[in-house]
Amino acid sequence: MSAKKNNVLPGFGLALGYTLVYLSVLVLIPLGGLVLKSTALTFAQFWDIATTERALAAYRVTFGASALAAVINAFFGLIVAWVLVRYDFPGKRLIDSFVDLPFALPTAVAGITLATLYSTNGWIGKYLEPLGLKVAYTPLGIVVALTFIGLPFVVRTLQPVIEDIEPEVEEAAATLGASRWQTFRRIIFPAIFPALLTGFALSFSRAVGEYGSVIFIAGNMPLISEITPLLIISKLEQYDYVGATALAVVMLGISFVLLLAINGLQWWAANRHNNRNTGGEQ
Amino acid sequence: MKNAVSPVSRLFAALLLAGGLVAPALADVTLLNASYDVARDFYKDYNPMFTKHWQAKAGEKVEVKQSHGGSSKQVRAVADGLEADVVTMNQATDVDYLADKGLVAKDYAKKFPNNASPYTSTMVFIVRKGNPKALKDWSDLAKSGVEVIVPHPKNTGNGRYTYLAAWGYALKQPGGNDKSALEFVGKILKNAPLFAAGGRDATTTFMQRRLGDVLVTFESEAELIAKEFGRGEFEVVYPSVSILAEFPVAVVDKVVDKKGSRKQAQAYLDYLWSKEGQENAAQNYLRPRDAEVLKKYAAQFPNIKTFSVDEVFGGWSKAAKAHFVDGGSFDQLYVQK
Repeated sequence: MSAKKNNVLPGFGLALGYTLVYLSVLVLIPLGGLVLKSTALTFAQFWDIATTERALAAYRVTFGASALAAVINAFFGLIVAWVLVRYDFPGKRLIDSFVDLPFALPTAVAGITLATLYSTNGWIGKYLEPLGLKVAYTPLGIVVALTFIGLPFVVRTLQPVIEDIEPEVEEAAATLGASRWQTFRRIIFPAIFPALLTGFALSFSRAVGEYGSVIFIAGNMPLISEITPLLIISKLEQYDYVGATALAVVMLGISFVLLLAINGLQWWAANRHNNRNTGGEQ
Repeated sequence: MKNAVSPVSRLFAALLLAGGLVAPALADVTLLNASYDVARDFYKDYNPMFTKHWQAKAGEKVEVKQSHGGSSKQVRAVADGLEADVVTMNQATDVDYLADKGLVAKDYAKKFPNNASPYTSTMVFIVRKGNPKALKDWSDLAKSGVEVIVPHPKNTGNGRYTYLAAWGYALKQPGGNDKSALEFVGKILKNAPLFAAGGRDATTTFMQRRLGDVLVTFESEAELIAKEFGRGEFEVVYPSVSILAEFPVAVVDKVVDKKGSRKQAQAYLDYLWSKEGQENAAQNYLRPRDAEVLKKYAAQFPNIKTFSVDEVFGGWSKAAKAHFVDGGSFDQLYVQK
């Protein structure tokens, strides 16, 4: 993989240098500082802070709710993206622009609005309560907030990919005798799977770090509906910077490993798909 | 080299000149007051009063800028370099932190009268109109079937005052000790369906979403609720005893020495204890320290027995260590089963 070969535009050295400086200043140095600050603790202290009962419960809530929200977004986001690309209907542009709203809305506003809607006296909550379903101030409320803020990621990553799949491909599959399910399963799904994973990963990682919207709807009860970012704020409220960094480092570590795994899966899926499409040529 | 004027410094001089032309139109001195969130209304009224007072007294035009936010967030910002001349907070813990960092005098509480707190407040109950559950005192909040709305006891000043108020009440009961207090506070917290993100969020939850039977909050907040939601919706209940909330102020030595604004900063805080400053506190439903002003506004401040954090808990840092740090009493209530 020589970068100089076959490149129309010059300036690889400059671009790489820029990339490294940019990433260092914005990402690596702050995160490095975070890790460095946590080294003020001995490993035993670090372990004690990172594994208190409240902390462990908070990791479960944070990562569990984020994963669930990302799964919901992957499923419904796929439907939304499909409908927006493949069908024409009045008001399509308007609906398309709705998708971006969770990006633009300040998260605290989202949290307060959702809490009001889903509380037992709210517009939606009052119909859910007789069904025995409490959303606001429960872990379920956290999932609702995280689904809300993560929705655009899946839709926006899938849209261009679905646009690239020519309807002729589906027609060809049909003429060759594939059933509808087979067409989806063998033709469409492999093509969009890598993008779906990207959308999932983005939605998930956005959810893991989310604070503003969640605290208003979560109820914040220790061991039940406390997210890790809340515990970090809690430590900062006590001016315990080092303790806060310890939790942040744990979050960072878990997130990094999970994202790495999702990326690995994505590379694998993309290669498999590409190999199959070009199968036998090489 | 010495006499050469580089284009850069010429540009710089031009900028200074331009700045100089604009500046007199603004103010001779600008002060920055870093304050807690709900002090907005108080200082919105107070700052013009002080500007006028200082103009008359010293013939100097002072402009006061405000920065509001969560109390400890503000303090962290000041510690990290926000150039606030003065801090006006709602808890000693926050100013103590600046004192530890050397930005504020260690004995800041003695630099002004009344523990450097120009006004006080206390924790009261807001109940639904007619008080349907007949909630009169802290012990009623611990009864089963009562829903209590409080902000997060560990993460918010409002919540910490509530927690300590209930704890202090339990200690003052016959035979009260730390063990009975822990049990008592545990019962109250068990009645909380959620911990609100902050004081205002708790108010919204109680008033707008209509959750809970009682909201515990600052006396001053009750008046804002009346303004926002009308008086017909709720009643204020004064418990038999409550906590004295103090709002310490301090000059940030490190900043005023650098900016040369000590005189103005000191005067700005001193003026809080003037008749005008005290009246302004009363008008914002904060209990003035001045006995005469308090008497004048007696109708809006019913008598209530209060205890201070210093009296019952030996100061905020001790209270924080016993209750709010990791493994403190709050954590014990949830983690020990």
